Amino acid sequence: MAKFTLRKQYRPYVSPFDPCPSIRVKTYVTPPNLYVGFQPEKLPQFNAKQALFAGTLWKVFYDPYYGSEEKEKGGGQ
Amino acid sequence: MWVYEKKLQYPVKVSKCNPMLAKFLIEQYGGADGELAAALRYLNQRYTIPDKVVGLLTDIGTEEFAHLEMIATMIYKLTKDATPEQLKEAGIGEHYVNHDRALFYTDAAGNPFTATYIQAKGDPIADLYEDIAAEEKARATYQWIIDQSDDPDINDSLKFLREREIIHSQRFREAVEILKEDRDRKKIF
Repeated sequence: MAKFTLRKQYRPYVSPFDPCPSIRVKTYVTPPNLYVGFQPEKLPQFNAKQALFAGTLWKVFYDPYYGSEEKEKGGGQ
Repeated sequence: MWVYEKKLQYPVKVSKCNPMLAKFLIEQYGGADGELAAALRYLNQRYTIPDKVVGLLTDIGTEEFAHLEMIATMIYKLTKDATPEQLKEAGIGEHYVNHDRALFYTDAAGNPFTATYIQAKGDPIADLYEDIAAEEKARATYQWIIDQSDDPDINDSLKFLREREIIHSQRFREAVEILKEDRDRKKIF
């Protein structure tokens, strides 16, 4: 089975007459809140300082997003 | 009533003079899925929602104002020292003609804010589903702004705001579960 990821992909129809270079793989985000349901007790936490930077206390909900430019520079998953 | 803390929820630093980014960020200021719409939506819906989730709407609605303040700070910093010429090049010449460098509640295309952006159906489930959708739309908007931005410091703040949308969506989903009154029953299985 493929490794689980919050970034999904699909391959849209590509025409031989596309005016711009075809994007063969499109991606979309499925954030972690879709998978958790009602939050269970005693999930792992960040420490206070990490949590302030992450924007959440809960590791399971941490899902940083990197822009296209940042990804080119080696950021992102 | 509210107690105001004179600081931002998360620091806002702008490292590049790029007024074009202000044009995009204003979508989250006065746009349909922006922070103003979110704050007003939740703080208005909370009067006619079951007691169990009133506090959640109050808390999240209040936090949206803290986000609004962060967006305002970004836009202000990006435009305060820009010349009229630079503002014109950035595509906000029309805004300058009308408002100088003052902030105004519009979307990225210049449409003024309208109450039709927010809904209050009075049906708790309908309203909470609207709130979940609003959070996911705001999360997506942050993604598209990050994609357009070349400013690492602004992106840092935008990532924080995007993460908060994820948490808000999670809590609204939990509010639906609370109203379903189904949580304890499930544990029997």
